[in-house]
Amino acid sequence: MLFSLNPAAGTPVYLQLMQQVRHAVETGVLRQGDLLPGIRTLAQELVVSHNTVAKAYSELQHEGLLELRHGSGAYISARRNSRSNEEKLRLAQQRVRRLVESLQEDGLSEEAISRLFEAELFYAGPPAPGTG
Amino acid sequence: MSDARVIETHQLTKRFGQFAAVEALDLNVRAQQITGFLGRNGAGKSTTIKMLLGMTHPTSGTGSLLGKAIDDPKENREARRNVAYVGEDKQLYPYFTVEELIRFTRSFYADWRPEVAQRLLGDYELPPKRKVRALSKGMRTKLALLLALSRKPELLILDEPSEGLDPVAIEELLQRLVGAASEGTTIFFSSHQIAEVERIADRVCIIDHGMLVEDFSLDELQQDYRRVTLGFATSAPVDEFRMPGIRRVHRADRQLSVLVRGNADAVAAHGRSMNAVSVDVVPISLREVFLESVRSES
Repeated sequence: MLFSLNPAAGTPVYLQLMQQVRHAVETGVLRQGDLLPGIRTLAQELVVSHNTVAKAYSELQHEGLLELRHGSGAYISARRNSRSNEEKLRLAQQRVRRLVESLQEDGLSEEAISRLFEAELFYAGPPAPGTG
Repeated sequence: MSDARVIETHQLTKRFGQFAAVEALDLNVRAQQITGFLGRNGAGKSTTIKMLLGMTHPTSGTGSLLGKAIDDPKENREARRNVAYVGEDKQLYPYFTVEELIRFTRSFYADWRPEVAQRLLGDYELPPKRKVRALSKGMRTKLALLLALSRKPELLILDEPSEGLDPVAIEELLQRLVGAASEGTTIFFSSHQIAEVERIADRVCIIDHGMLVEDFSLDELQQDYRRVTLGFATSAPVDEFRMPGIRRVHRADRQLSVLVRGNADAVAAHGRSMNAVSVDVVPISLREVFLESVRSES
């Protein structure tokens, strides 16, 4: 797994690590049973504090995405995949809420917003293969 | 991560005549972390480290190393059995060969790990029969690191370890430090190389003109510190910005640049309420915080 970390990006590095692992799992780059390097190994590879890697791994384990087996590394866990749709919906709901709030701030009525969404879905057609 | 303090100072001061090299320094370095000690040349980093290691006596104030008082020679010696130091070249005896120096050093430490020394000798590609004075700067740093790490110290203090090293050697050095830290060694290293500190440090302490001016974790920097740039159609109301979380405000004509810790949204909202015509909130790098924290010579 290749990581691309930026200490000046305004996001703690451990969160960047987590986001990149999640994204890799969502897109299938990482699959159930795949092995990630141990904390110390990854820390040295990326040249970041082991505390950063440990924190990311610990949080991912908490989320059910990673299974840490002492001595043999970190495995992508199957449990996560069954929750991914739930997670997607939850995140999507947050995005929709933010968008609706900002449209309302701009003065649009509920009716107008609803019409905009409907029109968009009507004209956009089915999603491209491989997405959605 | 632990909350135990491996280094603690209270109002630590060192004066040379009228000149205060270190002024009322309150340093707190936690165990199991990598702490970067950033400062300009002459800011007081080396003097602080020398006081911690008992190499020079404080003028006033106190400090402890692994819980033992730094200005009590007996206690300090005890503490230093578990502290390794990589500093300037003078630490290494120039007329010894590499292997002679290793043998010499190991005789002082009961907890020496010969297998580590052997492995590092190979990894670092240090020629065992070459005299220390004939080693390149990079090799001398590696040798010093080998001598330090073979002891598995509780605390490793380094004073500008990357000085004079090329980028590849620096990368290797940082990897070694990360490796040592993951094995339980607390690391405290002084540097004026911001990029290195930003990569591997858990925590950063910034010293300027002998005083501690900033002390934060890298997570805090990345999560909470922001630069809010506000543009106004009329003259920028610099005096209106005195809120909690604001570290610095600069005015440039009709713009204000506000360095914020944790309160970016509130500051942005305040700017809008003062009729700012443009509001920009961006993350801020360690370099920028450093430059803002250290004032010019005047």
